[in-house]
Amino acid sequence: MTLLRPAPTLFLALLLGASAGSAGATEFGLFQPEKSSLTFVSKQMGVPVDGKFKKFAATLAFDPARPAAASAKFDLDLASIDAGSKDANDEVVGKAWFNLKAFPTASFVSTAVKPLGGDKYELAGKLSIKGKTQDVTAPFVFRQEGGNGVFDGGFVLKRLDFAVGDGIWSDVSAVANEVQIKFRIVAAPAAPRK
Amino acid sequence: MSATRYTPTAIALHWLMAVLLVGLFGVGLYMHDLPLSPWKLRVYSWHKWAGVTAFALVLARLAWRLGHRPPALPAAMPAWQQRAAHGLHHLLYLLMLAIPLSGWLMSSALGFQTVWFGVLPLPDLLAKDKELGETLKLVHMSLNFGLAALVVAHVGAAVKHHLIDRDDILSRMLPFLARR
Repeated sequence: MTLLRPAPTLFLALLLGASAGSAGATEFGLFQPEKSSLTFVSKQMGVPVDGKFKKFAATLAFDPARPAAASAKFDLDLASIDAGSKDANDEVVGKAWFNLKAFPTASFVSTAVKPLGGDKYELAGKLSIKGKTQDVTAPFVFRQEGGNGVFDGGFVLKRLDFAVGDGIWSDVSAVANEVQIKFRIVAAPAAPRK
Repeated sequence: MSATRYTPTAIALHWLMAVLLVGLFGVGLYMHDLPLSPWKLRVYSWHKWAGVTAFALVLARLAWRLGHRPPALPAAMPAWQQRAAHGLHHLLYLLMLAIPLSGWLMSSALGFQTVWFGVLPLPDLLAKDKELGETLKLVHMSLNFGLAALVVAHVGAAVKHHLIDRDDILSRMLPFLARR
């Protein structure tokens, strides 16, 4: 499949619609940004602090009848971060954290989707932040709500794997290495077949 | 029976509180405009933990106070001074309660839960609300400068009693100063 091509969503959706398999299956592929969210919890001095990214794009194709054929790509506008306070927001754009000038976006490209039974699945792929790419896996739950497909999942990211918060900030007793990432992706069915 | 001096417990609580308050005030002044760093996060945490400790301590003091009347003020003191002294003490207690409360609420409103010594999480009484958080920051700061002014008056009055009135007001809280 050529789903990972950076094609415009509509074109991709049409393509997916045209190539979708047996009748009755619904493929979810139209990303609904206003219903989706990408949040995280960092730990500062042992205390959880909520944060979120306000802007991210997703290109995805998921048919619960054929999960193995699913794919997803996320592009994250790092400047849209809300790390919990003004102080933190000013800090994380800098070199020690995301080095936004050099690396304005982070991306995730799926390599496999595995059914775990029931409505549970596992998403595996490559996460690129700050010029470093790592394999990550994220379990998620898929449900259909109001005609849309809803993907709820998360994983623990180790920020130092990506040199996010290096230098003085590599002291994990102040800000923990582990950052809990949570995503809720909502996608409408791809355009109906002709 | 009317006591003529403070109990050792009351004296210990008073001085422990004095040290905590001076320390908290100094650290608060120092930390608020530090650039963000792991050190700043650490200092803020210590400040919050010590603040919660001060709050617990003032409750302990009040509980002790309920069961142990402090010694009476010298009979020679003019009535207005006695009223002023009582009023000042009430205000000191009020601020010792209000300041840690305002700090706790401010922290909640700014989205940072307080976990005492990293062990005991205090509930967030307020939901995250940036504007409210900024207002509470101002409240916390103003109350602190208010307390600092009252402490200056408190210390000044104690010294005046010791050096000018030459009574036992200061020495009953600092027994080694007692005149024989």
